[in-house]
Amino acid sequence: MSAILQGAGAGAAAALTPFNSIDSNKFVAPSRSSLSVRSKSYIVAGSDDGTNKSFGSSSLIARRSQPLMIPNAVTATKADTAASSTSLKSGHELLLYEALQEGLEEEMDRDPHVCVMGEDVGHYGGSYKVTKGLADKFGDLRVLDTPICENAFTGMGIGAAMTGLRPIIEGMNMGFLLLAFNQISNNCGMLHYTSGGQFTIPVVIRGPGGVGRQLGAEHSQRLESYFQSIPGIQMVACSTPYNAKGLMKAAIRSENPVILFEHVLLYNLKESIPDEEYICNLEEAEMVRPGEHITILTYSRMRYHVMQAAKTLVNKGYDPEVIDIRSLKPFDLHTIGNSVKKTHRVLIVEECMRTGGIGASLTAAINENFHDYLDAPVMCLSSQDVPTPYAGTLEEWTVVQPAQIVTAVEQLCQ
Amino acid sequence: MALSRISSRSNGITRPFSAAFNRFISTDSTPITIETSLPFTAHLCDPPSRSVESSSQELLDFFRTMALMRRMEIAADSLYKAKLIRGFCHLYDGQEAVAIGMEAAITKKDAIITAYRDHCIFLGRGGSLHEVFSELMGRQAGCSKGKGGSMHFYKKDSSFYGGHGIVGAQVPLGCGIAFAQKYNKEEAVTFALYGDGAANQGQLFEALNISALWDLPAILVCENNHYGMGTAEWRAAKSPSYYKRGDYVPGLKVDGMDAFAVKQACKFAKDHALEKGPIILEMDTYRYHGHSMSDPGSTYRTRDEISGVRQERDPIERIKKLVLSHDLATEKELKDMEKEIRKEVDDAIAKAKDCPMPEPSELFTNVYVKGFGTESFGPDRKEVKAALP
Repeated sequence: MSAILQGAGAGAAAALTPFNSIDSNKFVAPSRSSLSVRSKSYIVAGSDDGTNKSFGSSSLIARRSQPLMIPNAVTATKADTAASSTSLKSGHELLLYEALQEGLEEEMDRDPHVCVMGEDVGHYGGSYKVTKGLADKFGDLRVLDTPICENAFTGMGIGAAMTGLRPIIEGMNMGFLLLAFNQISNNCGMLHYTSGGQFTIPVVIRGPGGVGRQLGAEHSQRLESYFQSIPGIQMVACSTPYNAKGLMKAAIRSENPVILFEHVLLYNLKESIPDEEYICNLEEAEMVRPGEHITILTYSRMRYHVMQAAKTLVNKGYDPEVIDIRSLKPFDLHTIGNSVKKTHRVLIVEECMRTGGIGASLTAAINENFHDYLDAPVMCLSSQDVPTPYAGTLEEWTVVQPAQIVTAVEQLCQ
Repeated sequence: MALSRISSRSNGITRPFSAAFNRFISTDSTPITIETSLPFTAHLCDPPSRSVESSSQELLDFFRTMALMRRMEIAADSLYKAKLIRGFCHLYDGQEAVAIGMEAAITKKDAIITAYRDHCIFLGRGGSLHEVFSELMGRQAGCSKGKGGSMHFYKKDSSFYGGHGIVGAQVPLGCGIAFAQKYNKEEAVTFALYGDGAANQGQLFEALNISALWDLPAILVCENNHYGMGTAEWRAAKSPSYYKRGDYVPGLKVDGMDAFAVKQACKFAKDHALEKGPIILEMDTYRYHGHSMSDPGSTYRTRDEISGVRQERDPIERIKKLVLSHDLATEKELKDMEKEIRKEVDDAIAKAKDCPMPEPSELFTNVYVKGFGTESFGPDRKEVKAALP
């Protein structure tokens, strides 16, 4: 698994008090590091059927009023077989944004029709350095600095794609693409259909989204929930340098419009990726850690929270199977289905908001298709349905934390 | 090119008449110079001359095609009232001169993109009546296989990019097509048509800014029929000079009911766009029907106004007068031409009515481009492959 620069195991081995000792009056201010486990206070971020989400109360978890399982500290019998998709035979190490850049550069070298358009992607090098150096190499006609008009330049990218160009449209922050929603929904998604197949729209729309470090409500949007019902588009979310490069390349080569969701906090992940050329399947989910007891479905940044919680869970004697779903539209029900048939329990951990998020659709899809295989209702942990606050403490409570994941697994596996 | 298609049609004109008369309709390209009805008004550029080069063949062709367009729209009106066409149906009668004049000035490599009032422009780009009526009635033989409808006519091989329902959204698309033309060094231009209502959309100015900045061969054409659905121009726009709205972008105001003025302006615009970047054309035109078939068109304007325009400025009447004054055909011949057109339209409608509706499986085709690299199936997918194409 990728080494996380933020100090992965900070609270993993910290002793967790049994969670019925929540005292809503004294919240210990959690540490700023988002990947550490808070040892004292728990905010449960969501439930699978929307029962009372009382802030800090224990009533939610005790929904089925079953006795608490007092865990025995069991040493992990299985080594953490993070099914790393990297081949470590011959590779080079780089950061996630460099992996994206590499993928982009390789595709631009390969196909002269590929061009990039967005704000500050050219001379500035990209606000997250994904397009650094490309303008010098490919020139101003292929790496285009646009004025600040998302609606128009997204429309222009789509119009150019109708003629056969393959533009990559970058939203400096995914949230800004809301201004281009009409172009993405009506033109990008639907032109292939309404023209009876005459025009294809091979665009890639990409950009960072998700909750960052106190960026405020408008810059912490998770747009996958808004875009998921647009017919005709594909959505993928990258989470490691390996799949970032692979998905970028596959998205550029795809004839369908693809929206590639990156995360603001993941750009500095370091990993070793192969030297040889590879792409990742756009519709495939990634098996991060095979297991037996429970299937945990996640994507993007929450993968790391889940893996952190997995360490704790392994110490407690559980064997979670962690799948990074990667493909947000369409869902890889094949991989997910095989996992559900094996473990019979599902926990979805996402960064979307509770209402109308990816988790909500995934819950419905799993219930419809694999109902007979489930031993417990699908549980979904999502962010709170609130605008992301600025204050660090509040911001941390809007997002699912590893401790909540641990508690949820414990509850599901009773 | 539109004219080459017409030459085959002119042979069709002479056929039924050969028995009826002795006079020979001149189908040669005898050059004729025609003065436009009104001078051009220019903004930041020198207006083109009022004398338009044309030919007798072109004149007759203008008449025939415009009469065909008019007849097609009237027929669509009756089909809508007979509930064979459903949903929204926006008719172009009165505005034919814009479609025909533009077509005469450009080639099929130049792109046209327009909004929902697209039936006649589709026809001008080389679409057939059968495709039009089939699509309007939702049949398989329609240009979009029945899945688009009135507002989604496209013809890729003649660079006709539609056919768009959302007001104003086609202009950034059009500028994108112009960008691709510049990227591929094609020496072609894009005409992005929009209405006076859409002229107030922000995305137009955004797209115009980028086009001017990047020197794109984009020509923005405002088909000003003075009403944005039910709202008159003066109630929607502070400045009615749409050709001046580009500010730093040159503009030209054209009498949109005069096909030759339109032709001259489009030729001028094409030359300008290839050399100096974007330009705005404002076509002063008028629609006889309401905004769409659900709008009677008389609640916000008087019948006198409509009939006044029809008497004084009708584009087909103008061409008819030119044809007669240049002695290219007699009244009777033109009437016979119109009768033949009527029959042609009726035949196309009958043929389209016989066409089947799309198969149910068509519901799911063309949502994604399939067969590319990898596929996604339902829960029972057997195999997953990632292949480098």
